[in-house]
Amino acid sequence: MGPALTKPVSSCGAASETSQAPGADVLVRVRGLHFHRGEQRIFDGVDLDIPRGLVTAIMGPSGTGKTTLLKLISGQLRADAGTIEVDGREIGSLSRSELYALRTRMGMLFQSGALLTDLNVFDNVAFPLREHAKLPESVLRKLVLIKLEAVGLRGAVALMPSELSGGMARRVALARAVALDPMMIMYDEPFTGQDPISMAALVSLIRQLNDASGLTSIVVSHDVAETAAIADRIYIIANGQIMASGSAEQVAASDSAWVRQFMDGEPDGPVHYHYPAAPLEQDLLRSAVH
Amino acid sequence: MLDSLAGLGRGGLAALASLGRAHLLLWGIIGGLPSMLLRPRLLIAQIYNLGVLSLLIIVVSGLFVGMVLGLQGHYVLSQFGAAESLGVMVAASLVRELGPVVSALLFAGRAGSALTAEIGLMKATEQLSGLEMMAVDPVKRVLTPRFFAGLLSMPLLAALFSAVGVIGGWFVGAGLLGVDDGAFWGQMQSKIDFHEDVLNGVIKSLIFGLVVTWIALFEGYDTSPTSTGVSRATTRTVVHAALAVLGLDFILTALMFGG
Repeated sequence: MGPALTKPVSSCGAASETSQAPGADVLVRVRGLHFHRGEQRIFDGVDLDIPRGLVTAIMGPSGTGKTTLLKLISGQLRADAGTIEVDGREIGSLSRSELYALRTRMGMLFQSGALLTDLNVFDNVAFPLREHAKLPESVLRKLVLIKLEAVGLRGAVALMPSELSGGMARRVALARAVALDPMMIMYDEPFTGQDPISMAALVSLIRQLNDASGLTSIVVSHDVAETAAIADRIYIIANGQIMASGSAEQVAASDSAWVRQFMDGEPDGPVHYHYPAAPLEQDLLRSAVH
Repeated sequence: MLDSLAGLGRGGLAALASLGRAHLLLWGIIGGLPSMLLRPRLLIAQIYNLGVLSLLIIVVSGLFVGMVLGLQGHYVLSQFGAAESLGVMVAASLVRELGPVVSALLFAGRAGSALTAEIGLMKATEQLSGLEMMAVDPVKRVLTPRFFAGLLSMPLLAALFSAVGVIGGWFVGAGLLGVDDGAFWGQMQSKIDFHEDVLNGVIKSLIFGLVVTWIALFEGYDTSPTSTGVSRATTRTVVHAALAVLGLDFILTALMFGG
């Protein structure tokens, strides 16, 4: 990431991310979020709202903290400062048991799928139900099959994770993530490394699941076209701050050079192609001396 | 000079922090005991993975160690005309020392390294984070059954090692070198004390099982989630566990038999 951009771009939409109408149904509210890892500042006073029932995309170049934001929202990481509220409960103030209770109402699709490798597809999807729902085995079987049918993999119940393609593994993980009918689901780079067919299936699934089940979805991605196609609201983050926010059309119409470079996929611009370094001649001469 | 001192200080602080995390993890693992007792199948599966799958290396090694003890013991004892005491020597060596120590070293190499690699890979492939996100505590669900499986398996493996070793010693001593069969078993039976020898050996192997499994689980859980991290953690498990077993053996031997 080049050092060119020091000031965040303002919200692209008519309404800022933190200036929603009073009473707007916000499921996740982030205020003044600060977080650093080692010497690196990841978030520097981030405010954002995730509206209930919509698909919200968090976009930005690699390494800007998109996955970290999901981990902060889900309480896997603790913020240095600021507050994160999920469904009105501040994550930082929850005890471990309260956090676990809240997590039964959250789903997360990890980049790798995170399927348990010693369990087959059926048992992976059944896992959260067995842990929390205590259902009779016959009911549990029906539920698992319904979830797998929704992702098109009912026929793969007996397969082991090692026998699945990357796209299939993510669909199984998605079935597992919605097994307990959560109120929200977080997708961590769901489209990375997918072939066009798997990607189209995932894009369609995320939207369908959100609308059919009344979920709230947070999609973290740097795949601009696919994410913009299904997102009701987009946040673009970089350099520890929100660079732009709004609907896909509003962000796409932004005249900010930084947003334009990201949305259009230009290799050079405000975000430099080259990592900061001394001039090439200086480096070459130094190596010649040595 | 100052840099060296600073480096030493940083190393010391890192080691202390690591020790602190290891103790917190152990506390968390033990805290998972009640929930594990409600689901004994988790424990049984791990006893199979750690104990049953270690049987081959334990039995074969025990046999050869016992046979070597028979040979060496006969050579030394026959010079003093005490070859009939071979059974006592073989059994005492195995039950007091070689059984617990060698089986713990083998356990660290076979099961300990496998445990570290498994937990490390579960971390690297986000399976542990996945459990957390499903509101399942990975320490209680994954680590606790493995810990208690290691703790229970180790004394059984050590006992088996010693038993097979005694048979190896008998085969060489009585079968090949002509030591009297009755003297071999009779002296063993009269001189080996249950509390002094056998029970102390069992206590040793319990402690070694605790330490080896704890180190293996901690290294896997605390590893950097990369291929290099898992590889280094696996190596550390074998090295640290072997050193801990040998060091503890000296301390325990001094406490138990030092007079």
